[in-house]
Amino acid sequence: MSELSKGTIIKVAGPVVVAEGMVGARMYDVVRVGGDNLIGEIVELRGDLASIQVYEDTVGVGPGEEVVNTGAPLSVELGPGLISSIYDGIQRPLDQLVAAQGDHILRGSDIPGLKRDVKWLFKPVIENGTKVSHGDFIGEVQESTLVLHKIMVPAGVSGTVEGLNEGEYTVEETIGAIVADDGSRTELKLMQKWPVRQGRTSKRRLAPNEILVTGQRVIDAFFPLGKGGTACVPGPFGTGKTVVQHQLAKWVDADVIVYVGCGERGNEMTDVLLEFPELVDPHSGEPLMKRVVMIANTSDMPVAAREASVYTGITMAEYFRDMGYSVAMMADSTSRWAEAMREISTRLEEMPAEEGYPAYLGARIASFYERSGRVVCAGSPERTGALSIIGAVSPPGGDLSDSVVQATLHVVKVFWSLVGRLAQQRHFPAIDWLTSYSFYKEYLAGSFEDKEQGAEFAAMVQEAMNLLEQEAELIEIVRLVGAESISANDRMALETAKSIREDFLHQNAFHKIDTYTPIEKQFDMMKVILHFHEQGLAAIENDVETADIFKLAVREDIARAKYVDYADKEKIIGITGIIDEQMKALYAPVA
Amino acid sequence: MLKEYKTVSRIYGPLMLVESVEGAKYGHIVDIEIADGTIRHGQILQVEKDKVLVQVFEGTEGINVNDSTVRFLGKPMELALSPEILGRVFDGIGKPKDDGPAIIAEKKLNINGNPINPYARDFPNEFIQTGISTIDGLNPLVRGQKLPVFSGAGLPHDDIAAQLARQATVLGEGQTFAVVFAAMGITFEAAQFFIDDLTNTGAIERSVMFINLANDPAIERIATPRVALTAAEYLAFEMDMHVLVILNDMTNYCEALREISAARKEVPGRRGYPGYLYTDLATIYERAGRIKGRNGSITMVPVLTMPEDDKTHPVPDLTGYITEGQIILSRPLHRKAISPPVDVLPSLSRLKDKGIGEGKTREDHADLYNQLYAAYARGKEAQELATILGEAALSEEDRNYMTFANKFEERYISQGYYDNRTIEQTLDLGWELLSMFENVELKRIDEELIARYMPRFRDKK
Ligand SMILES: Nc1ncnc2c1ncn2[C@@H]1O[C@H](COP(=O)(O)OP(=O)(O)O)[C@@H](O)[C@H]1O
Ligand SMILES: [Mg+2]
Repeated sequence: MSELSKGTIIKVAGPVVVAEGMVGARMYDVVRVGGDNLIGEIVELRGDLASIQVYEDTVGVGPGEEVVNTGAPLSVELGPGLISSIYDGIQRPLDQLVAAQGDHILRGSDIPGLKRDVKWLFKPVIENGTKVSHGDFIGEVQESTLVLHKIMVPAGVSGTVEGLNEGEYTVEETIGAIVADDGSRTELKLMQKWPVRQGRTSKRRLAPNEILVTGQRVIDAFFPLGKGGTACVPGPFGTGKTVVQHQLAKWVDADVIVYVGCGERGNEMTDVLLEFPELVDPHSGEPLMKRVVMIANTSDMPVAAREASVYTGITMAEYFRDMGYSVAMMADSTSRWAEAMREISTRLEEMPAEEGYPAYLGARIASFYERSGRVVCAGSPERTGALSIIGAVSPPGGDLSDSVVQATLHVVKVFWSLVGRLAQQRHFPAIDWLTSYSFYKEYLAGSFEDKEQGAEFAAMVQEAMNLLEQEAELIEIVRLVGAESISANDRMALETAKSIREDFLHQNAFHKIDTYTPIEKQFDMMKVILHFHEQGLAAIENDVETADIFKLAVREDIARAKYVDYADKEKIIGITGIIDEQMKALYAPVA
Repeated sequence: MLKEYKTVSRIYGPLMLVESVEGAKYGHIVDIEIADGTIRHGQILQVEKDKVLVQVFEGTEGINVNDSTVRFLGKPMELALSPEILGRVFDGIGKPKDDGPAIIAEKKLNINGNPINPYARDFPNEFIQTGISTIDGLNPLVRGQKLPVFSGAGLPHDDIAAQLARQATVLGEGQTFAVVFAAMGITFEAAQFFIDDLTNTGAIERSVMFINLANDPAIERIATPRVALTAAEYLAFEMDMHVLVILNDMTNYCEALREISAARKEVPGRRGYPGYLYTDLATIYERAGRIKGRNGSITMVPVLTMPEDDKTHPVPDLTGYITEGQIILSRPLHRKAISPPVDVLPSLSRLKDKGIGEGKTREDHADLYNQLYAAYARGKEAQELATILGEAALSEEDRNYMTFANKFEERYISQGYYDNRTIEQTLDLGWELLSMFENVELKRIDEELIARYMPRFRDKK
């Protein structure tokens, strides 16, 4: 890069600064603004005038101050040290900021994303002299007990590897080199950089063919998320968007989690920071924090960095995907990201489309979700990685006609609709079973080791769904003409639907056992509920009064099944036997 | 050096344009000396080349273009702080309003504060007993939480706010608490009610008031919550006090913000409020909290009135998206003379789970509130059904739940503003009300807890 271009500020309006004399500047170049060296990014160019969104508070900045173009786009550092870190929207490490600046975030920090003083034990996986190209594994670092960090050949580099040795290196030290056919040498490091607004490349996209088990019953059984798929969670405030996101981050069966707190509460990030290290991964027994990267740009932090935080997060997620891992990224909330876009757009005096959002809102949302997917990763060995995205959406007044909700529904394949009515009844997760949907249902059966059991589960879920739909219709009738006027079979259907809602769909995130339900336990719970239904119908055939059926003591066992530790498997499936006994006892003695 | 200009070129709404200014910085403040020699205060909203756009806190009435002098003070707005602020009354931008002396600053702080690093936060988990059952039992408040009261015109939010200030304590701790009260556009009577109440209980000595009344300049309200929170941060994090901040009424604050936005001809968002209202409110509300290694804390109770009792109006809506729950007042309950008329079902404390349970309140607390909620929700449905179909059409079960809901409103919700219930009293009352149900109905409660706390079993022991 030649001389870095410099300009002069002529205007400051909140987070947007305009500078003149920015010769040679390119869109999305990162610049340093004013005497305090604030970080900004060029978002509009007109002649030599550049409009800049500034990632830090601009109070005290004025015309005449200098703007220096770094000539590089906004990038993140990728390498060992990401796991268990917490960053702001532009990858500044928040823990180190506390040490450097104190409890409040001040301006002008330059701490890099990856620690420079940590040495990582690097083990090559290829011999010197091997020919390599983009994406090939050259070695690995055991970054945490849960994540084996693969070191890959950076994009745009190919040739023969030399000088690669096992040893302890910092992210900046040279671990070897690649010599191209023309003789040019590229030094290899544990760290590489990638511009956040550009998706990382892979060989090819594959369709999701598996579900990501979350341990959340309503999700896994009724509206499952595909591995490499996309989901959105819209709902008014207080309906459980954040709890759903936290539950997924905790329990989802993925290798790496990237959690982006975008314009939401500070305490929610603290909650994750304090709670995750205490929680144990059900698969490995290790602390959950050892697979998590956190990005926190809370609502009181500068708005432009909020816009960037989503890109910072997804770039890190893609990087782990490229290692062949299954990665899940949560963004809470994408509405705040969209609003940040709107705020910047307003200051740029762009022509607004609906609700003041810029006309490109839909395109940005679509291209963000398109960075998800199951892919054949670049390089060898041949491997597939998956990146699933779960975005919370916070529509004003809970109104689903909101632009962000609508633009999101155009692209995502799973819709978990959270509704205030259920939240008010403290029915959590407040996912509306009648309006939510998933395009990945067909893969549900595949998530069982025993495929026959999987198929049976899918059939049971369908039956349960039919009962829930029947319930909605029956409730209307009961409202009009009273409960007495419907048939005994319908009363049984109503009762079973209630049991499905209360004993299966309802799940307490804060109960130590109920918080996570293995898929086999979900099967058993559903089996028991539907068995009661069948036996109830049979009893009705035998002239048993519904009131007597509903009063059976076994119903308490059904209701409490969710709190039974699955180590005691038989205790749940055994309920079917108790149901049979108690039902039979109701039958009139055969004359 | 202070730079003075007499180059005001335009005045519109609460805004003023000053030209040919050198070296102005975004966000800094100005003094405006007007023709009669009085001083007004302003803040820079935008600088473009040598043109500076200023918002005038006291309003622009009576200012003229030719005879005004604008002094650029070269710094953001600051508040002078010392322990002497306790017991004092200030106006909406922090100037003494009582007869006391000026504050000799031990420290001057920028009223905009800086965001708390999420990594530095300590999670709020200490239960605050407010003595109000609907809060303590069902929506517990914890230290460092921001929990607003959503009210409506004519509803008794002032009484609840005063009751909170009077009764809130952390069990088993000495008194290091302070109250910071920020009034924005409320009536003289409402403000005086508060002052009198704090005076009567002696809490006034540990209180700081920032008062902007309905007839005070509207634009000043934009500074008021920030000034109040700067005082609160000083008390909490430099003087180790547990501070309860009451911001009343945030709807008036938002209207002032809307006025500025309209004058700037910004693209309006919903109902004319600016698109950045969420971010703006967040920079206020997020100043509540606890910080690792500090003894003090800021607990915040913003009060707001919902226009037409509409929860989806932008002010309550965006507030609810930022705060850690909300206490909603109900007009029907108020009509039934149930006080405080807390609308239990849509009210929520998001931090409750961390502040309750064994060692904090009691082991049965979580299960109990879940069950009370579920039963009351069911009972309310039955109440509604009864109004449509008539009571006779209800099933026996529904009738049962309706009876429960009625009793719950009469005994649990209704308590008046001077009954200070202990948490044990609140919890026991919950059990007593639930005792009309069979165990099977109490699905949300652990069996062991039922055996231990349900009166019918407890009495047998
Ligand atoms: N699965 C759940 N189990 C128990 N409580 C829940 C659950 N989901 C939500 N809640 C309750 O609802 C409150 C609000 O949830 P939250 O996720 O913060 O809402 P949102 O992000 O939609 O505003 C939580 O504080 C909690 O009390
Ligand atoms: Mg949330």
